[in-house]
Amino acid sequence: MEWEVVIGVEVHAQLATKSKIFSGAPTAYGAAPNTQACAIDLGMPGTLPALNKAAVEMAIKFGLAIDAQINHRSVFERKNYFYPDLPKGYQISQFQTPIVGKGFLDVTLDDGTVKRIGVTRAHLEEDAGKSLHGDFTGMSGIDLNRAGTPLLEIVSEPDLRSAKETVAYLKTLHALVTHLDICDGNMQEGSFRCDANVSVRPKGTEKFSTRVEIKNVNSFRFVEKAINYEVERQINLIESGGQVVQETRLYNADKNETRSMRSKEEANDYRYFPDPDLLPLAVSTEMIEAMRSTLPELPHQKRERFVEQYGLSEYDAHVLVSSRDLAHYFESVVKQSEVSAKLAANWIMGELAAALNKANIEIRQSPVSAEALSQLLQRIADNTISGKIAKTVFEAMWQGEGSADDVIREKGLKQVTDTGAIEKIIDEVLAAFPEQLADYRSGKDKLFGFFVGQVMKASKGQANPQQLNDLLKQKLG
Amino acid sequence: MHTQSLTELSSALKNKEFSSKELTQHYLARIEKYDAVLNSFITVTPEQALAQAERADQLLAKGGAQPLTGIPIAQKDIFCTKGVRSSAGSRMLDNFVSPYDATAVAKAEQAGMVMLGKTNMDDMAMGSSNENSYYGCVKNPWDLARVPGGSSGGSAAAVAAGLTPIATGTDTGGSIRQPSAFCGITGLKPTYGRVSRYGMIAFASSLDQGGPMGRSAEDVALLMKVMAGFDVMDSTSTDIPVPDYSATLNDSLAGLKIGLPKEYFSEGLDPAIAACIEAAAKEYEKLGATLHEISLPNSHLSVPAYYVIAPAECSSNLSRYDGIRFGHRCENPKDLLDLYTRSRAEGFGKEVKRRIMIGTYMLSSGYFDAYYLKAQKIRRLIADDYRKALAEVDVILGPTAPSTAFKLGEKASDPVSMYLSDIYTIAVNLAGLPAMSVPAGFVEQLPVGMQLTGNYFAEAKLLNAAHQYQQVTDWHKRVPEQFRE
Amino acid sequence: MSPEEVKKIAHLARLAILSEEELAAYTRNLSDIMHLIEQLKAVDTTGVEPMPHPLDATQRLRPDEITESDQHQLLQSVAPFATVESLYLVPQVIEE
Repeated sequence: MEWEVVIGVEVHAQLATKSKIFSGAPTAYGAAPNTQACAIDLGMPGTLPALNKAAVEMAIKFGLAIDAQINHRSVFERKNYFYPDLPKGYQISQFQTPIVGKGFLDVTLDDGTVKRIGVTRAHLEEDAGKSLHGDFTGMSGIDLNRAGTPLLEIVSEPDLRSAKETVAYLKTLHALVTHLDICDGNMQEGSFRCDANVSVRPKGTEKFSTRVEIKNVNSFRFVEKAINYEVERQINLIESGGQVVQETRLYNADKNETRSMRSKEEANDYRYFPDPDLLPLAVSTEMIEAMRSTLPELPHQKRERFVEQYGLSEYDAHVLVSSRDLAHYFESVVKQSEVSAKLAANWIMGELAAALNKANIEIRQSPVSAEALSQLLQRIADNTISGKIAKTVFEAMWQGEGSADDVIREKGLKQVTDTGAIEKIIDEVLAAFPEQLADYRSGKDKLFGFFVGQVMKASKGQANPQQLNDLLKQKLG
Repeated sequence: MHTQSLTELSSALKNKEFSSKELTQHYLARIEKYDAVLNSFITVTPEQALAQAERADQLLAKGGAQPLTGIPIAQKDIFCTKGVRSSAGSRMLDNFVSPYDATAVAKAEQAGMVMLGKTNMDDMAMGSSNENSYYGCVKNPWDLARVPGGSSGGSAAAVAAGLTPIATGTDTGGSIRQPSAFCGITGLKPTYGRVSRYGMIAFASSLDQGGPMGRSAEDVALLMKVMAGFDVMDSTSTDIPVPDYSATLNDSLAGLKIGLPKEYFSEGLDPAIAACIEAAAKEYEKLGATLHEISLPNSHLSVPAYYVIAPAECSSNLSRYDGIRFGHRCENPKDLLDLYTRSRAEGFGKEVKRRIMIGTYMLSSGYFDAYYLKAQKIRRLIADDYRKALAEVDVILGPTAPSTAFKLGEKASDPVSMYLSDIYTIAVNLAGLPAMSVPAGFVEQLPVGMQLTGNYFAEAKLLNAAHQYQQVTDWHKRVPEQFRE
Repeated sequence: MSPEEVKKIAHLARLAILSEEELAAYTRNLSDIMHLIEQLKAVDTTGVEPMPHPLDATQRLRPDEITESDQHQLLQSVAPFATVESLYLVPQVIEE
């Protein structure tokens, strides 16, 4: 039987506010345990929540960016359950009436086609703390620094049909929230977390089958692997006469498998009800319009502009707008020099991306700034160095050995463009290989490449390739 | 000193007839002398009180004093007080020395008041007799075999016995008014949102409201001015100016329209109490008010609706007590579930546990619409009844409680009969209106309270009506025999 | 309300019921209270909006400012059990 995969995802994006959603405690990542959890975050007796305006504004911005309806009235509710990282014994969330209603996201798939994915809703809620399982005499440690950090939970329609589509959707969403500057998008720190609801059904049927929720998969690569594993597991299960049960499964990256979390069914009675400590959230038309006027250029708009303004290919533009920082880096490089946009794009998506990847760092942490890269590319453009030497220079720059010009000067990598000097090397090479010269002259044209290589080698790679080519042709007649 | 009004005490302090320190010592001595019998305080804070009194005396000497500077106050133990145990009458919080002050406490301190200590109350403010306190029941100063009412029973008894000139209470379903009635004092439950709930240990968030309890409307008006006001820390507090409640106390009542709900004078009300309320109505007529029969047709639904809504909110509000960050923690929990279930079972009293369970049930899947949502709809019907009535009349007059103070233990084993002792007070909380209990007579040597209910934020009108009544009656001036000296 | 239902609710509310006597008492008391509450069912509330708040107001918004400083030592002074490296301790949380 042919199977169709049905996927919907829930993304928890931490909103980039300074203070928490219901208290004035800071949200910065990585502080010593519990130093950023105030009495309100700890749920101390008598404390009450007060809603952060910035969190509301960020939710509105997101809603506008996905063409969603912003609800003029939304309600905070309590989701009740006991867990040590949930200080009040309930999470303040939005349930029946979220701030952001139905919207959509146009996602460019690998084959270049665009698919519209529905966003069911997005709502505001508070994050929980963390349980740590170190060696605390057989106990778990509870750090509540993260408790009360604002989250926007973004729920998609079950419109996704493969792991690849899901990743494309997530990347588009990631690009959007980072462009909007409402989320730093840092997946390692948990600023952008994904849960996927996966089911399979016989191709051609309309009815949804039982779905399995895969929790907290925190990299795009693992999302793809986890979904593929889960799809295969479900198909195998059904084909061998079994049945998929509704459950929550956790992905184990080391083993590349999902496994069932202890049945949550019993605990699932969350007893939602309107939080009596908070009043209904009213969002006026004026507030919505004010937010609309602050919207930055959105990724799809930027992509179109990159194609038009810089003559980039759709593909290059698509990659460069995948994060705001990347797009910004690209534009900084291009603006600071007369190098072609194509050369800049190639370098950013090639050498730089590879180096970042290898070092496992974000572009804003890159040791080679946009300004520095711009200078390097300038030196390729003005023939100071060749593209090949530039890679050596880049490597040195990455290692902190100075600017492009410093490296070129200190390592003596300046390209040889003096015709006389190149001619001299050519003469020496031809004299050193009389046999090959004779063969060439008797018709072995392929040996031209051999001479190019030898001359380049003799010039330590510094001869200008175009000049070398022209002069060699002349000499060989 | 202990029979003087706040105004009298304040002018005596300003005239240097005695110092705040002397006044404070006087009350501390009375607590020392009488509270072993009454048990109205959970914690007495003599050192802190004397230090505050000294600061007040300095202010009084320098001339920077406010109306209540140097006046002692007792805070209900539901208000968080920095550095002082804030137990809410519960074993759960017996070890809780609050790291912060409630807004209402901070305001009293800023007004220069001197805190004598923290008064006894039912466990987590759940109860109508004070028998649910972890610290033992409070005795009614008028008859030590009887309850003082609840949950603010400690405050009511302490004021009635002259152990403090004034006190705070909180009222979720009658917890200021019913003990005020039982102890013969004057208590005001303000409009929901008028007094900040920040730092007030929550029972039911949409119903809880703090307010003053004192010997007269005049005293209550003075503390109300201090307690009331907008607070950014409480999203449900209202940002409208606080009037000078004392300034309008002497306004004439001529033309005041008083409504008498016919439902309140039917079966279930002790005829002797009904007679007191009717007599009070006649006094109002003499003062120039007119009487009108009104109807609150859904009032009989207030107790059942309340026992859905209040437990639902409390079941969630009390989930934070898990034995981890504060409060009681059981010994040697064998696992996480054991930590939760045993800490909570040991920390909460029976009534609290009953209400948590009822509330959990009301909110659980399959019952939410039938109970919680239904009760919230009926709440609107009840509020609408008041809206209609208060469009016709200025103040609604009725009894505060269906009986006078009952005997200790009389209703302790029957929660439902206990709940019904709040039958006249609960609807006001559901609607969020302000209401007072004012002494209106005695039945068999036990005080009777009348309840005055007004429109939203009409506290000044209520205090005016209560004060005028107290100008022509002396019920509020009576002091229980045993505590006169 | 049956004893089984009471047990289920007690578990959901994380309250230990330690003895049969206690269970019987809760079952009796809760049933009485439910009886009181059942009166609501007879009321016609068609078209009535639920009233979760006494006042018809909307939520105020707080400016996004850091107003709280680190007070973990004070706040942890009321913890009923030891803290280690300023972490609260609980019996091992078994990662599901």
